[in-house]
Amino acid sequence: MSKAASQSRADWTFKVITAACALVVIVLMGGILVELLRNSGMSIRQFGFGFLTSTEWNPYAGEFGAASSIFGTVVSTAIAMLLAVPLSLIIAIYLVEVAHPKASRIIGGGIELLAAVPSIIYGMWGLFVFAALMQEHVQPWLGKYFGFLPLFQGPPMGIGMLTAGLILTLMVLPFITAVTRDVLQMVPPVLKESAHGVGATMWEATRHIALKYGRRGIVGAVFLGFGRALGETMAVTFVIGNSHRISSSLFDAGNTIASSLANEFNEASEPIYLSSLFELALVLFLLTLLFQTAAHFWVSRMQRQEAGDR
Amino acid sequence: MRPRSHTARRLADRSARIVMVPAALIGLTVLAWILWEVIARGAGALNASFFTELPTPPGMEGGGLANAIVGTLLMTVLATVIGTPVGLLAGIYLAEFGTTSRLATAVRFTTNLLMGTPSIIIGIFVYALIVLRTGHFSGWAGAVSLAILMLPVVLRTTEDMLNLVPDELRESALALGAPRWRATVTVIFRAAKTGLVTGILLAVARVSGETAPLLFTALNSFYWPETINEPTANLTVTIFNYAMSPYADWQQKAWGASLLITVGVLFVAVLSRFVLKERKSRA
Amino acid sequence: MMKVAEMESPEVAKQHPIQEHAVPNDKPREERASFLEPPSEVALSRAGEPEDVASLTSKVTVRNLNFFYGTSQALFDNNIDIPEKRVTAVIGPSGCGKSTHIRVYNRIYELYRTHRAEGQVLIDGVNVLDPGVDLIDLRKRVGMIFQRPTPFPMSIFDNIAYGLKLHYHVNRSELTDRVQDALKRGALWEEVKDKLDEPATAMSGGQQQRLCIARAIATEPELILMDEPCSAIDPVATAKIEDLIQQLRDDYTVVLVTHNMQQAARVSDFTAFFYKGYIVEFGATKQIFTNPAMKETEDYITGRFG
Repeated sequence: MSKAASQSRADWTFKVITAACALVVIVLMGGILVELLRNSGMSIRQFGFGFLTSTEWNPYAGEFGAASSIFGTVVSTAIAMLLAVPLSLIIAIYLVEVAHPKASRIIGGGIELLAAVPSIIYGMWGLFVFAALMQEHVQPWLGKYFGFLPLFQGPPMGIGMLTAGLILTLMVLPFITAVTRDVLQMVPPVLKESAHGVGATMWEATRHIALKYGRRGIVGAVFLGFGRALGETMAVTFVIGNSHRISSSLFDAGNTIASSLANEFNEASEPIYLSSLFELALVLFLLTLLFQTAAHFWVSRMQRQEAGDR
Repeated sequence: MRPRSHTARRLADRSARIVMVPAALIGLTVLAWILWEVIARGAGALNASFFTELPTPPGMEGGGLANAIVGTLLMTVLATVIGTPVGLLAGIYLAEFGTTSRLATAVRFTTNLLMGTPSIIIGIFVYALIVLRTGHFSGWAGAVSLAILMLPVVLRTTEDMLNLVPDELRESALALGAPRWRATVTVIFRAAKTGLVTGILLAVARVSGETAPLLFTALNSFYWPETINEPTANLTVTIFNYAMSPYADWQQKAWGASLLITVGVLFVAVLSRFVLKERKSRA
Repeated sequence: MMKVAEMESPEVAKQHPIQEHAVPNDKPREERASFLEPPSEVALSRAGEPEDVASLTSKVTVRNLNFFYGTSQALFDNNIDIPEKRVTAVIGPSGCGKSTHIRVYNRIYELYRTHRAEGQVLIDGVNVLDPGVDLIDLRKRVGMIFQRPTPFPMSIFDNIAYGLKLHYHVNRSELTDRVQDALKRGALWEEVKDKLDEPATAMSGGQQQRLCIARAIATEPELILMDEPCSAIDPVATAKIEDLIQQLRDDYTVVLVTHNMQQAARVSDFTAFFYKGYIVEFGATKQIFTNPAMKETEDYITGRFG
């Protein structure tokens, strides 16, 4: 074979090999879906759509329902997002617009380190340190002043839905803060000067102009944070209490899909039990897929809107 | 048209500035608090036997987590060996061949999806794929699930780093007559080397603290990891098991292991950031 | 400040602080290079007859202004009187301090920690560098246009309305009237009246810059600062903006920083020439371009540097 021909054969091989590796990602995702579907088949056939709405969770009777897990996942994530998003925005604005550059670097670095701390460490700290604080100080205080709300009723146990939500807040916060900070730093200085030139204060200019300018990146970050909170496992497992009851009080124990899986997967003795857990996993998988796809399309729609109808 | 009060507007601005400070300090405070607790509670457990001995039966004092340390290192290295080449090659495909191809767009989208998939789902997937089929838990199932977690990180970093290499460099290598694969591997890699190392470091940092994917693959063990074809001891699942146990000695060991993990992960994270900054300042 | 009359005498010129550089232009008239190339006679004829600055009211009076970027000094003892309701051009080579100088007028430099101004800048008799000055009020009265168009990420209507809603309680109908008025005075109304709700970023560069001018006008400033407003705009749009500047003269005091001498000649009544942070010469535009008193000015205008 001529040198040119063998070279182009080598190049073709190179292209094929690298393409095959790229394809692995798609194969993996497909594989996950296939395996989850296969192994939840028994549960799907037995419980049907009722699985999603049933609050039953009785391993002995072989009755399973995802409602309490879905409820717990949604509530803990909601708490985390409601607290983390405003806090993240404020911290990011502080880092970019107000803080002395040195302070900004130190605090910003600290926040990035927080993002690197593994979930299980949050779990340890949550269970042995934070839960004690919740039980001895925070929950009694909330019960005393806000106990008229069903949310804050019941004995303060330290662990439970509220604690799980707060730990999730701490885990999601660094990520959204870091991205928002980066987004705000990319706002063109002339635009900020323009806003100040018209007479806006820092707070006005940032709220009306800078945040608007970077809204695409910020929305993307919030979506990603939400997705992370949905699937967060170890930290939540440590502090949520693993109860399959739906309760109106945040002080009570609960469970999320991820925490149930972590706690019970290796205990599942019966095939129907295991299959139900697989179905739970499938629900979580589809939830996060759906969510990420929605986020992707929302953000690209924003991008098209920003470009205008040129 | 009545003017709006300047005093009120300035007050709002000043109040916002004041409120921001404690908010920003929350982050630092929590970090310091967590680190403090981990160090304070874990340091006491890190004696010589922690690093050299096997666990004792439940309830008995003494012993160590030497097997778990070895197991974690083993599986992390194995995962890196499995996941990095695939991620590298995939990243090369996206950067060099796939700027507009449909396959590349699909792969990029799917990589995002994979990165957002909870690690426990990955663990359950590998459980179904390998553990159910082989009939037992194993260290290499654990390594595979960690590798799946590393893959998108390495892929993304490789693609980003290669995209930073200017086209002129590529073109001059090709103009000299080098075949495509040679141009990529030698010229471009050399240019993007630091970035690639960073990507691998980031991926390692990501998986070394992971627990969920190992829960149903490697499980845990009280013995030395002699072969990886059996449940393999590891630090993270040990922390989970020990923390949930009623034994004070085990709980303290869990803190010791937590300290070890935290130091390791933060060290790698800081290192990779340092390497990245170094590269940026040289660029 | 160097009045036109004072500049003609070489003895007075020697007292000018930029001693080592400034050399009065004492060549006989006939031997001086012809200045009719850049800028052209046609351009200068628009500038009108040279007025005596001494006879006009000053909108901005600058005394002993020094400016620092950290430890390095960028402006040296600037003294100038900007006449009211006229267009004053500020010219000079890159890095001579012209942008830096006008950015002191509305204290926009204060956004940056290490930037510092010393001296006095009196607008209508009040020193705006005084820490007690109401910054919001100052920036309401002084509008600024930048080198790149800076439309806010909102609709055209909201862009113009932004300043009004910021500073006033204004109901919807009055807002609509004022927005329309500002767009008309900014020579943009006809082009955008049907698409006020479209994003401002969808407009062309020239339109965006006119939007920025209209936005600045909406809050009825007295002084408009323009920092090379046409440097990112195509020639056709530039011509429209230059026409607009001429119209603005009737109601506003305009200070226009430009690196384009033809533009300065076409559009301005007075011109200040900056060099290395000093104000070398200031006078009627026609005089500066046909009969500059300083050698540096002549060198710059004939293209010998910058």
